[in-house]
Amino acid sequence: MLRDAVLVAGKDLRIEIRSRVGLNQIGPFAIAVLLLFGLALGPDRRVLAPASAGLFWVAVLLSTLLAVQRSYAIESADAARDGLRLSGLDPAGIFLGKASAVAAQLLVLEAGLTVGVTLLYGAHLSGALVLVAACAAGTLGLAAVGTLYGVVASGLRTRETLLPLLFLPVVAPVLLAATKAWDAALAGTPSHAGGWLDVLVVFAVLYIAIGTVAFGPLLEDG
Amino acid sequence: MAPAVRLHEAVALAGRFPLLAGASLEVGEGEVVHLRGPNGAGKTSVLKVLAGLLAVHSGEATVLGRDLVADRRAVRREIGMLGHQSFLYEELTVEENLRFAVRANRGVVTGIRPVLEQFGFAGRLASIPVGRCSAGQQRRASLAVLVARGARLWLLDEPHAGLDQDGRDLLDELLTGARAAGRTVVFASHELERAEAIADRVVHLAGGRVVEPPEPTGASDSPAPSAQAARQTISGPAVPVTEDPAHVA
Repeated sequence: MLRDAVLVAGKDLRIEIRSRVGLNQIGPFAIAVLLLFGLALGPDRRVLAPASAGLFWVAVLLSTLLAVQRSYAIESADAARDGLRLSGLDPAGIFLGKASAVAAQLLVLEAGLTVGVTLLYGAHLSGALVLVAACAAGTLGLAAVGTLYGVVASGLRTRETLLPLLFLPVVAPVLLAATKAWDAALAGTPSHAGGWLDVLVVFAVLYIAIGTVAFGPLLEDG
Repeated sequence: MAPAVRLHEAVALAGRFPLLAGASLEVGEGEVVHLRGPNGAGKTSVLKVLAGLLAVHSGEATVLGRDLVADRRAVRREIGMLGHQSFLYEELTVEENLRFAVRANRGVVTGIRPVLEQFGFAGRLASIPVGRCSAGQQRRASLAVLVARGARLWLLDEPHAGLDQDGRDLLDELLTGARAAGRTVVFASHELERAEAIADRVVHLAGGRVVEPPEPTGASDSPAPSAQAARQTISGPAVPVTEDPAHVA
Protein backbone atom coordinates (compact mmCIF):
# COMPACT_ATOMS: atom_id res chain seq x y z
CA MET A 1 0.00 0.00 0.00
CA LEU A 2 2.71 2.49 0.94
CA ARG A 3 4.72 1.58 -2.14
CA ASP A 4 1.67 2.33 -4.29
CA ALA A 5 1.08 5.56 -2.39
CA VAL A 6 4.60 6.74 -3.12
CA LEU A 7 4.19 5.82 -6.79
CA VAL A 8 0.91 7.71 -7.15
CA ALA A 9 2.11 10.74 -5.17
CA GLY A 10 5.24 10.90 -7.30
CA LYS A 11 3.19 10.70 -10.46
CA ASP A 12 0.75 13.42 -9.38
CA LEU A 13 3.49 15.76 -8.20
CA ARG A 14 5.50 15.23 -11.36
CA ILE A 15 2.44 16.14 -13.42
CA GLU A 16 1.77 19.23 -11.28
CA ILE A 17 5.35 20.42 -11.48
CA ARG A 18 5.30 19.96 -15.23
CA SER A 19 1.89 21.53 -15.85
CA ARG A 20 2.49 24.40 -13.37
CA VAL A 21 -1.22 24.67 -12.67
CA GLY A 22 -0.49 25.06 -8.98
CA LEU A 23 2.05 27.79 -9.57
CA ASN A 24 0.12 29.65 -12.25
CA GLN A 25 -3.44 29.24 -11.02
CA ILE A 26 -3.93 27.92 -7.49
CA GLY A 27 -1.24 30.13 -5.92
CA PRO A 28 -2.47 33.34 -7.56
CA PHE A 29 -6.04 32.37 -6.66
CA ALA A 30 -5.12 32.08 -2.98
CA ILE A 31 -3.30 35.43 -3.03
CA ALA A 32 -6.32 37.00 -4.75
CA VAL A 33 -8.55 35.68 -1.97
CA LEU A 34 -6.31 37.31 0.63
CA LEU A 35 -6.37 40.59 -1.29
CA LEU A 36 -10.16 40.50 -1.64
CA PHE A 37 -10.58 39.91 2.08
CA GLY A 38 -8.31 42.88 2.64
CA LEU A 39 -10.45 45.03 0.35
CA ALA A 40 -13.65 43.89 2.02
CA LEU A 41 -12.44 44.58 5.55
CA GLY A 42 -10.57 47.79 4.73
CA PRO A 43 -6.94 48.79 5.11
CA ASP A 44 -6.98 49.08 8.91
CA ARG A 45 -4.49 46.53 10.21
CA ARG A 46 -6.08 46.68 13.65
CA VAL A 47 -9.03 44.95 11.98
CA LEU A 48 -7.07 42.74 9.61
CA ALA A 49 -4.42 41.38 11.97
CA PRO A 50 -6.84 39.77 14.45
CA ALA A 51 -8.74 38.23 11.55
CA SER A 52 -5.67 36.96 9.75
CA ALA A 53 -5.85 33.39 11.12
CA GLY A 54 -9.43 32.90 9.93
CA LEU A 55 -8.78 34.55 6.58
CA PHE A 56 -5.68 32.42 6.10
CA TRP A 57 -7.59 29.20 6.66
CA VAL A 58 -10.55 30.25 4.49
CA ALA A 59 -8.06 30.90 1.70
CA VAL A 60 -6.53 27.47 2.32
CA LEU A 61 -9.96 25.80 2.24
CA LEU A 62 -10.92 27.41 -1.05
CA SER A 63 -7.54 26.56 -2.55
CA THR A 64 -7.95 22.95 -1.43
CA LEU A 65 -11.04 22.73 -3.62
CA LEU A 66 -8.98 23.75 -6.63
CA ALA A 67 -6.14 21.38 -5.77
CA VAL A 68 -8.52 18.45 -5.35
CA GLN A 69 -10.37 19.22 -8.57
CA ARG A 70 -7.04 19.41 -10.33
CA SER A 71 -5.98 16.09 -8.79
CA TYR A 72 -8.96 14.39 -10.42
CA ALA A 73 -8.84 16.42 -13.63
CA ILE A 74 -5.56 14.71 -14.49
CA GLU A 75 -7.32 11.37 -14.14
CA SER A 76 -10.22 12.34 -16.39
CA ALA A 77 -8.17 13.14 -19.50
CA ASP A 78 -7.97 10.18 -21.85
CA ALA A 79 -9.88 8.03 -19.37
CA ALA A 80 -6.80 7.87 -17.15
CA ARG A 81 -9.17 7.12 -14.27
CA ASP A 82 -9.99 3.80 -15.93
CA GLY A 83 -6.28 3.34 -16.49
CA LEU A 84 -5.73 3.88 -12.78
CA ARG A 85 -8.40 1.29 -11.97
CA LEU A 86 -6.82 -1.16 -14.38
CA SER A 87 -3.32 -0.49 -13.13
CA GLY A 88 -3.48 -3.04 -10.34
CA LEU A 89 -2.63 -0.43 -7.70
CA ASP A 90 -4.05 -0.88 -4.21
CA PRO A 91 -6.97 1.60 -3.92
CA ALA A 92 -5.85 2.52 -0.41
CA GLY A 93 -2.44 3.30 -1.87
CA ILE A 94 -4.04 5.44 -4.58
CA PHE A 95 -5.96 7.35 -1.89
CA LEU A 96 -2.91 7.92 0.26
CA GLY A 97 -0.83 8.89 -2.75
CA LYS A 98 -3.31 11.40 -4.11
CA ALA A 99 -3.97 12.85 -0.66
CA SER A 100 -0.23 13.17 -0.03
CA ALA A 101 0.28 14.98 -3.32
CA VAL A 102 -2.55 17.41 -2.53
CA ALA A 103 -1.17 17.92 0.98
CA ALA A 104 2.32 18.62 -0.35
CA GLN A 105 0.97 21.28 -2.70
CA LEU A 106 -1.11 22.84 0.08
CA LEU A 107 1.86 23.02 2.43
CA VAL A 108 3.83 24.95 -0.18
CA LEU A 109 0.82 27.20 -0.70
CA GLU A 110 0.45 27.76 3.04
CA ALA A 111 4.06 28.90 3.25
CA GLY A 112 3.25 31.53 0.64
CA LEU A 113 0.01 32.51 2.35
CA THR A 114 1.82 32.89 5.67
CA VAL A 115 4.04 35.48 4.05
CA GLY A 116 0.89 37.01 2.55
CA VAL A 117 -0.94 37.49 5.86
CA THR A 118 2.21 38.93 7.37
CA LEU A 119 2.66 41.50 4.62
CA LEU A 120 -0.98 42.27 3.84
CA TYR A 121 -2.63 41.98 7.24
CA GLY A 122 0.28 42.79 9.51
CA ALA A 123 0.05 39.50 11.40
CA HIS A 124 2.94 39.00 13.83
CA LEU A 125 4.15 35.43 13.57
CA SER A 126 4.76 33.77 16.90
CA GLY A 127 4.39 30.29 18.29
CA ALA A 128 6.00 28.83 15.20
CA LEU A 129 5.71 25.27 16.46
CA VAL A 130 1.95 25.57 16.87
CA LEU A 131 1.59 27.25 13.49
CA VAL A 132 3.51 24.45 11.80
CA ALA A 133 1.71 21.71 13.72
CA ALA A 134 -1.69 23.19 12.87
CA CYS A 135 -0.71 23.46 9.23
CA ALA A 136 0.53 19.87 9.14
CA ALA A 137 -2.49 18.31 10.86
CA GLY A 138 -5.04 20.63 9.25
CA THR A 139 -3.61 20.09 5.80
CA LEU A 140 -3.64 16.32 6.17
CA GLY A 141 -7.28 16.47 7.20
CA LEU A 142 -8.23 18.74 4.32
CA ALA A 143 -6.34 16.64 1.80
CA ALA A 144 -7.91 13.42 3.09
CA VAL A 145 -11.46 14.78 3.00
CA GLY A 146 -10.89 16.44 -0.36
CA THR A 147 -9.46 13.29 -1.90
CA LEU A 148 -12.29 11.19 -0.50
CA TYR A 149 -15.09 13.45 -1.70
CA GLY A 150 -13.18 14.27 -4.85
CA VAL A 151 -13.44 10.68 -6.04
CA VAL A 152 -17.19 10.76 -5.40
CA ALA A 153 -17.63 13.98 -7.35
CA SER A 154 -15.18 13.14 -10.12
CA GLY A 155 -17.36 10.41 -11.53
CA LEU A 156 -20.30 12.76 -11.96
CA ARG A 157 -21.05 15.42 -14.55
CA THR A 158 -21.84 17.90 -11.79
CA ARG A 159 -18.42 17.47 -10.18
CA GLU A 160 -17.39 21.14 -10.23
CA THR A 161 -20.45 22.24 -8.26
CA LEU A 162 -20.91 19.10 -6.18
CA LEU A 163 -17.45 18.98 -4.63
CA PRO A 164 -17.78 22.28 -2.69
CA LEU A 165 -21.18 21.19 -1.40
CA LEU A 166 -19.74 17.91 -0.13
CA PHE A 167 -16.41 19.26 1.06
CA LEU A 168 -17.02 22.57 2.79
CA PRO A 169 -19.53 21.47 5.46
CA VAL A 170 -17.39 18.48 6.41
CA VAL A 171 -14.22 20.52 6.89
CA ALA A 172 -15.87 23.13 9.11
CA PRO A 173 -14.18 21.55 12.18
CA VAL A 174 -10.79 21.99 10.52
CA LEU A 175 -11.52 25.65 9.78
CA LEU A 176 -12.60 26.22 13.37
CA ALA A 177 -9.82 24.29 15.08
CA ALA A 178 -7.03 25.51 12.83
CA THR A 179 -8.17 29.11 13.17
CA LYS A 180 -8.33 28.83 16.96
CA ALA A 181 -4.89 27.21 17.09
CA TRP A 182 -3.42 29.93 14.90
CA ASP A 183 -5.21 32.63 16.87
CA ALA A 184 -3.64 31.31 20.05
CA ALA A 185 -0.20 31.17 18.48
CA LEU A 186 -0.42 34.63 16.90
CA ALA A 187 -1.67 36.08 20.18
CA GLY A 188 1.45 34.78 21.91
CA THR A 189 -0.41 32.12 23.90
CA PRO A 190 0.45 28.92 22.04
CA SER A 191 -0.26 26.82 25.11
CA HIS A 192 -3.97 27.54 24.55
CA ALA A 193 -3.82 25.75 21.20
CA GLY A 194 -3.36 22.25 22.59
CA GLY A 195 -6.99 21.16 22.51
CA TRP A 196 -7.52 22.54 19.02
CA LEU A 197 -4.44 20.74 17.74
CA ASP A 198 -5.87 17.53 19.18
CA VAL A 199 -9.07 18.13 17.20
CA LEU A 200 -7.04 18.58 14.01
CA VAL A 201 -5.05 15.41 14.61
CA VAL A 202 -8.14 13.33 15.40
CA PHE A 203 -9.91 14.69 12.32
CA ALA A 204 -6.95 13.90 10.08
CA VAL A 205 -6.51 10.38 11.46
CA LEU A 206 -10.24 9.70 11.19
CA TYR A 207 -10.53 10.76 7.56
CA ILE A 208 -7.31 9.07 6.52
CA ALA A 209 -8.71 5.86 7.99
CA ILE A 210 -12.10 6.33 6.35
CA GLY A 211 -10.50 7.16 3.02
CA THR A 212 -8.19 4.17 3.14
CA VAL A 213 -11.18 1.86 3.55
CA ALA A 214 -13.79 3.63 1.43
CA PHE A 215 -11.75 4.87 -1.51
CA GLY A 216 -11.73 1.57 -3.39
CA PRO A 217 -15.50 1.11 -3.60
CA LEU A 218 -15.97 4.80 -4.38
CA LEU A 219 -13.41 4.63 -7.19
CA GLU A 220 -15.15 1.60 -8.66
CA ASP A 221 -18.66 2.95 -8.41
CA GLY A 222 -17.94 6.52 -9.42
CA MET B 1 -8.76 -26.99 -18.59
CA ALA B 2 -10.89 -24.11 -17.34
CA PRO B 3 -11.56 -21.39 -19.90
CA ALA B 4 -9.68 -18.13 -19.59
CA VAL B 5 -12.95 -16.26 -19.90
CA ARG B 6 -16.43 -17.40 -19.05
CA LEU B 7 -19.57 -15.30 -19.10
CA HIS B 8 -22.88 -16.98 -18.41
CA GLU B 9 -26.11 -15.02 -18.79
CA ALA B 10 -24.19 -11.93 -17.77
CA VAL B 11 -26.21 -8.77 -17.34
CA ALA B 12 -24.49 -5.39 -16.98
CA LEU B 13 -26.34 -2.14 -16.51
CA ALA B 14 -25.78 1.56 -17.07
CA GLY B 15 -28.35 2.94 -14.66
CA ARG B 16 -31.37 0.86 -15.66
CA PHE B 17 -30.27 0.38 -19.26
CA PRO B 18 -28.91 -3.08 -19.99
CA LEU B 19 -25.52 -2.89 -21.70
CA LEU B 20 -25.31 -6.67 -21.60
CA ALA B 21 -28.60 -8.53 -21.58
CA GLY B 22 -27.61 -12.08 -20.72
CA ALA B 23 -24.39 -12.56 -22.66
CA SER B 24 -22.77 -15.98 -22.57
CA LEU B 25 -19.28 -16.57 -23.86
CA GLU B 26 -16.34 -18.86 -23.30
CA VAL B 27 -12.79 -18.22 -24.45
CA GLY B 28 -10.11 -20.82 -24.03
CA GLU B 29 -6.61 -20.15 -22.74
CA GLY B 30 -4.43 -18.98 -25.62
CA GLU B 31 -7.36 -18.31 -27.93
CA VAL B 32 -7.75 -15.15 -30.02
CA VAL B 33 -11.39 -14.14 -30.33
CA HIS B 34 -12.85 -11.40 -32.47
CA LEU B 35 -16.01 -9.75 -31.16
CA ARG B 36 -18.13 -8.59 -34.02
CA GLY B 37 -21.38 -6.70 -34.20
CA PRO B 38 -22.96 -3.37 -35.09
CA ASN B 39 -22.51 -0.24 -33.02
CA GLY B 40 -24.22 -0.66 -29.66
CA ALA B 41 -24.14 -4.45 -29.85
CA GLY B 42 -22.25 -4.72 -26.57
CA LYS B 43 -18.67 -5.35 -27.73
CA THR B 44 -17.13 -2.63 -25.58
CA SER B 45 -19.34 -3.65 -22.67
CA VAL B 46 -18.11 -7.25 -22.88
CA LEU B 47 -14.52 -6.02 -22.81
CA LYS B 48 -15.25 -3.71 -19.87
CA VAL B 49 -16.92 -6.51 -17.94
CA LEU B 50 -13.94 -8.78 -18.57
CA ALA B 51 -11.62 -6.02 -17.36
CA GLY B 52 -13.71 -5.53 -14.25
CA LEU B 53 -14.51 -1.96 -15.22
CA LEU B 54 -18.20 -2.74 -15.49
CA ALA B 55 -20.04 -4.60 -12.76
CA VAL B 56 -22.00 -7.75 -13.52
CA HIS B 57 -25.52 -7.20 -12.22
CA SER B 58 -26.57 -10.82 -12.58
CA GLY B 59 -25.22 -13.97 -14.15
CA GLU B 60 -21.70 -15.33 -13.92
CA ALA B 61 -18.38 -13.88 -14.98
CA THR B 62 -15.07 -15.63 -14.47
CA VAL B 63 -11.76 -14.39 -15.87
CA LEU B 64 -8.51 -16.33 -15.44
CA GLY B 65 -10.13 -18.36 -12.71
CA ARG B 66 -11.35 -15.38 -10.72
CA ASP B 67 -14.98 -14.63 -10.04
CA LEU B 68 -15.63 -11.04 -11.13
CA VAL B 69 -19.05 -10.99 -9.48
CA ALA B 70 -17.38 -11.46 -6.11
CA ASP B 71 -14.37 -9.21 -6.78
CA ARG B 72 -13.92 -7.43 -10.07
CA ARG B 73 -10.55 -6.00 -9.07
CA ALA B 74 -8.99 -9.41 -8.52
CA VAL B 75 -7.90 -9.98 -12.09
CA ARG B 76 -6.54 -6.60 -13.08
CA ARG B 77 -2.84 -7.30 -12.65
CA GLU B 78 -3.16 -10.07 -15.22
CA ILE B 79 -5.06 -8.20 -17.90
CA GLY B 80 -4.14 -5.47 -20.31
CA MET B 81 -6.74 -3.32 -21.97
CA LEU B 82 -6.63 -1.04 -24.95
CA GLY B 83 -9.70 1.16 -25.03
CA HIS B 84 -11.00 3.92 -27.25
CA GLN B 85 -8.96 6.32 -25.15
CA SER B 86 -5.32 6.03 -24.31
CA PHE B 87 -5.48 5.63 -20.48
CA LEU B 88 -2.25 7.64 -20.46
CA TYR B 89 -1.21 10.83 -18.66
CA GLU B 90 -0.72 13.60 -21.17
CA GLU B 91 1.83 15.51 -19.08
CA LEU B 92 4.06 12.48 -18.61
CA THR B 93 6.41 11.29 -21.30
CA VAL B 94 5.85 8.00 -23.09
CA GLU B 95 8.65 6.44 -21.05
CA GLU B 96 7.28 7.81 -17.76
CA ASN B 97 3.85 6.40 -18.58
CA LEU B 98 5.39 3.02 -19.25
CA ARG B 99 7.43 3.12 -16.05
CA PHE B 100 4.37 4.05 -14.02
CA ALA B 101 2.25 1.27 -15.55
CA VAL B 102 4.94 -1.36 -15.06
CA ARG B 103 5.70 -0.33 -11.49
CA ALA B 104 2.00 -0.23 -10.67
CA ASN B 105 1.78 -3.80 -11.88
CA ARG B 106 4.74 -4.84 -9.68
CA GLY B 107 6.93 -5.29 -12.75
CA VAL B 108 10.56 -4.38 -13.30
CA VAL B 109 11.28 -1.36 -15.45
CA THR B 110 14.58 -2.60 -16.81
CA GLY B 111 12.79 -4.28 -19.69
CA ILE B 112 10.89 -1.30 -21.02
CA ARG B 113 13.59 0.05 -23.34
CA PRO B 114 13.19 -2.71 -25.96
CA VAL B 115 9.42 -2.29 -25.78
CA LEU B 116 9.75 1.43 -26.43
CA GLU B 117 11.94 0.73 -29.43
CA GLN B 118 9.56 -1.93 -30.70
CA PHE B 119 6.81 0.68 -30.87
CA GLY B 120 8.89 3.36 -32.50
CA PHE B 121 9.87 5.34 -29.40
CA ALA B 122 13.61 5.08 -29.70
CA GLY B 123 15.83 7.86 -28.38
CA ARG B 124 14.30 11.26 -27.75
CA LEU B 125 10.82 10.22 -28.89
CA ALA B 126 10.40 8.37 -25.61
CA SER B 127 10.90 11.67 -23.79
CA ILE B 128 8.01 13.46 -25.49
CA PRO B 129 4.99 14.15 -23.30
CA VAL B 130 2.11 12.00 -24.47
CA GLY B 131 -0.06 15.09 -24.93
CA ARG B 132 2.29 16.24 -27.70
CA CYS B 133 2.21 12.92 -29.53
CA SER B 134 -0.04 12.34 -32.52
CA ALA B 135 -3.12 10.18 -32.10
CA GLY B 136 -1.31 7.30 -33.78
CA GLN B 137 1.71 7.68 -31.52
CA GLN B 138 -0.55 7.73 -28.48
CA ARG B 139 -2.12 4.52 -29.72
CA ARG B 140 1.33 2.98 -30.07
CA ALA B 141 2.21 4.17 -26.58
CA SER B 142 -0.92 2.47 -25.22
CA LEU B 143 0.07 -0.72 -26.99
CA ALA B 144 3.56 -0.42 -25.53
CA VAL B 145 2.04 -0.20 -22.03
CA LEU B 146 -0.02 -3.29 -22.76
CA VAL B 147 3.05 -5.26 -23.81
CA ALA B 148 5.30 -3.93 -21.05
CA ARG B 149 2.81 -5.01 -18.38
CA GLY B 150 3.10 -8.61 -19.56
CA ALA B 151 -0.60 -9.32 -19.22
CA ARG B 152 -2.00 -12.83 -19.69
CA LEU B 153 -5.30 -11.62 -21.14
CA TRP B 154 -5.46 -8.84 -23.68
CA LEU B 155 -8.69 -6.94 -24.17
CA LEU B 156 -8.57 -4.69 -27.20
CA ASP B 157 -11.29 -2.32 -28.32
CA GLU B 158 -10.86 -1.27 -31.94
CA PRO B 159 -7.09 -1.69 -31.74
CA HIS B 160 -6.51 -0.78 -35.38
CA ALA B 161 -8.21 2.61 -35.03
CA GLY B 162 -5.89 5.59 -35.29
CA LEU B 163 -2.91 3.57 -36.52
CA ASP B 164 -1.20 4.08 -39.84
CA GLN B 165 -0.40 1.19 -42.17
CA ASP B 166 2.86 0.37 -40.41
CA GLY B 167 1.15 0.56 -37.06
CA ARG B 168 -1.59 -1.80 -38.19
CA ASP B 169 0.96 -4.26 -39.49
CA LEU B 170 2.83 -3.99 -36.20
CA LEU B 171 -0.38 -4.64 -34.29
CA ASP B 172 -1.16 -7.70 -36.38
CA GLU B 173 2.35 -9.03 -35.74
CA LEU B 174 1.86 -8.33 -32.07
CA LEU B 175 -1.38 -10.28 -31.96
CA THR B 176 0.12 -13.16 -33.88
CA GLY B 177 3.05 -13.16 -31.47
CA ALA B 178 0.70 -13.02 -28.50
CA ARG B 179 -1.14 -16.07 -29.75
CA ALA B 180 2.14 -17.91 -30.27
CA ALA B 181 3.14 -16.99 -26.72
CA GLY B 182 -0.07 -18.49 -25.40
CA ARG B 183 -1.76 -15.26 -24.42
CA THR B 184 -5.51 -14.99 -24.60
CA VAL B 185 -6.83 -12.12 -26.69
CA VAL B 186 -10.38 -10.83 -26.99
CA PHE B 187 -10.78 -7.91 -29.34
CA ALA B 188 -13.45 -5.90 -31.08
CA SER B 189 -12.70 -4.50 -34.49
CA HIS B 190 -14.47 -3.21 -37.55
CA GLU B 191 -11.36 -3.99 -39.58
CA LEU B 192 -12.93 -7.26 -40.62
CA GLU B 193 -10.33 -8.57 -43.01
CA ARG B 194 -7.45 -7.98 -40.64
CA ALA B 195 -9.41 -9.20 -37.64
CA GLU B 196 -10.48 -12.44 -39.20
CA ALA B 197 -7.00 -13.17 -40.46
CA ILE B 198 -5.77 -13.04 -36.86
CA ALA B 199 -8.67 -14.47 -34.90
CA ASP B 200 -9.20 -18.13 -34.10
CA ARG B 201 -12.88 -17.50 -33.74
CA VAL B 202 -15.50 -14.83 -34.32
CA VAL B 203 -18.23 -14.14 -31.80
CA HIS B 204 -21.23 -12.14 -32.93
CA LEU B 205 -22.99 -9.74 -30.62
CA ALA B 206 -26.28 -7.90 -30.95
CA GLY B 207 -28.43 -6.20 -28.36
CA GLY B 208 -26.04 -7.04 -25.55
CA ARG B 209 -26.09 -10.77 -26.26
CA VAL B 210 -24.00 -13.29 -28.09
CA VAL B 211 -25.99 -14.33 -31.13
CA GLU B 212 -25.89 -16.60 -34.12
CA PRO B 213 -23.89 -15.14 -37.01
CA PRO B 214 -26.15 -13.32 -39.46
CA GLU B 215 -26.92 -15.09 -42.71
CA PRO B 216 -24.84 -13.59 -45.52
CA THR B 217 -27.09 -11.71 -47.94
CA GLY B 218 -24.54 -10.54 -50.46
CA ALA B 219 -25.89 -7.02 -50.05
CA SER B 220 -24.45 -6.76 -46.60
CA ASP B 221 -21.77 -4.17 -45.99
CA SER B 222 -19.85 -6.66 -43.93
CA PRO B 223 -18.27 -9.85 -45.16
CA ALA B 224 -19.64 -13.18 -44.10
CA PRO B 225 -18.03 -14.92 -41.16
CA SER B 226 -14.98 -16.91 -42.10
CA ALA B 227 -14.76 -20.66 -42.04
CA GLN B 228 -12.82 -20.28 -38.80
CA ALA B 229 -15.81 -18.72 -37.16
CA ALA B 230 -17.68 -20.66 -34.58
CA ARG B 231 -21.29 -20.32 -33.61
CA GLN B 232 -22.07 -19.01 -30.19
CA THR B 233 -25.32 -19.64 -28.44
CA ILE B 234 -26.67 -17.49 -25.70
CA SER B 235 -26.78 -20.26 -23.16
CA GLY B 236 -23.74 -22.31 -24.01
CA PRO B 237 -20.14 -22.30 -25.10
CA ALA B 238 -18.88 -22.19 -28.64
CA VAL B 239 -20.03 -24.85 -31.04
CA PRO B 240 -17.63 -25.17 -33.98
CA VAL B 241 -19.12 -24.48 -37.35
CA THR B 242 -19.45 -27.37 -39.71
CA GLU B 243 -18.06 -26.68 -43.14
CA ASP B 244 -21.07 -24.82 -44.40
CA PRO B 245 -20.20 -23.24 -47.77
CA ALA B 246 -22.59 -20.43 -47.03
CA HIS B 247 -20.31 -19.29 -44.24
CA VAL B 248 -17.08 -19.47 -46.15
CA ALA B 249 -15.88 -16.04 -47.09
